[in-house]
Amino acid sequence: MEFTRRETLALGAGAALMTVLPFRANAAVDDLINEFTGGAAVADGGLELTAPEIAENGNTVPIAVSAEGATAIMVLAAGNPTPPVATFKFGKLAAAQEASTRIRLAGTQDVVAIAQLADGSFARASKTVKVTIGGCGG
Amino acid sequence: MASGVKPRVKVPKKAAVGEAITIKTLISHKMESGQRKDKSGNIIPRSIINRFTCDFNGENVIDVTLEPAISTNPYLEFQATVPSEGEFKFTWYDDDGSVYDAAKKIAIG
Repeated sequence: MEFTRRETLALGAGAALMTVLPFRANAAVDDLINEFTGGAAVADGGLELTAPEIAENGNTVPIAVSAEGATAIMVLAAGNPTPPVATFKFGKLAAAQEASTRIRLAGTQDVVAIAQLADGSFARASKTVKVTIGGCGG
Repeated sequence: MASGVKPRVKVPKKAAVGEAITIKTLISHKMESGQRKDKSGNIIPRSIINRFTCDFNGENVIDVTLEPAISTNPYLEFQATVPSEGEFKFTWYDDDGSVYDAAKKIAIG
């Protein structure tokens, strides 16, 4: 398989774009995480995020978050045009710090959850969801 | 806004003192994300439910901030402790300022 100069350039430009785009999406997510944590360090573990591996319909993807003793959990969809999904704040009478809902995903992407634990530290969990048909309309 | 908004809540009728119960809520709402365009290419303005709260006898159980990435007819499931007999109050806040509410009594037994 041989490439002409023009094809090689096009490929190169495409590859460059591919690397720039996810980076930009991640920057928005990082900003949101910083806003939520106030710049504190985020550790792994202590938070469970349940999401399907493959979602056929991006319009309703069932997800669940659970973190024992958490005061708040924020969910982000890194690849959506607007990454925030929901923030759950648990009150005194919450029997378990867990909640489930249905979300929209624009395409295959990582779903990220950040929890503020009882001792004030933060935990993070993420999961890649493959989306067959995106859920943001056209 | 949004016509025909109807909240639905599922709470057990009875519980033991201190028991953890699962509450399921659903409200019919189109949750227009503000990303979609109509046939002539104009953006359809955002119209969503942006907040949901659940309280039991005035004490907070959960307070959720909803964003446009929540699906049509937002569904929420969570756990609550029942310290005594009383009433769960559910409130949904719409972008246009409307507030929808529902209440369910629970008995001890």
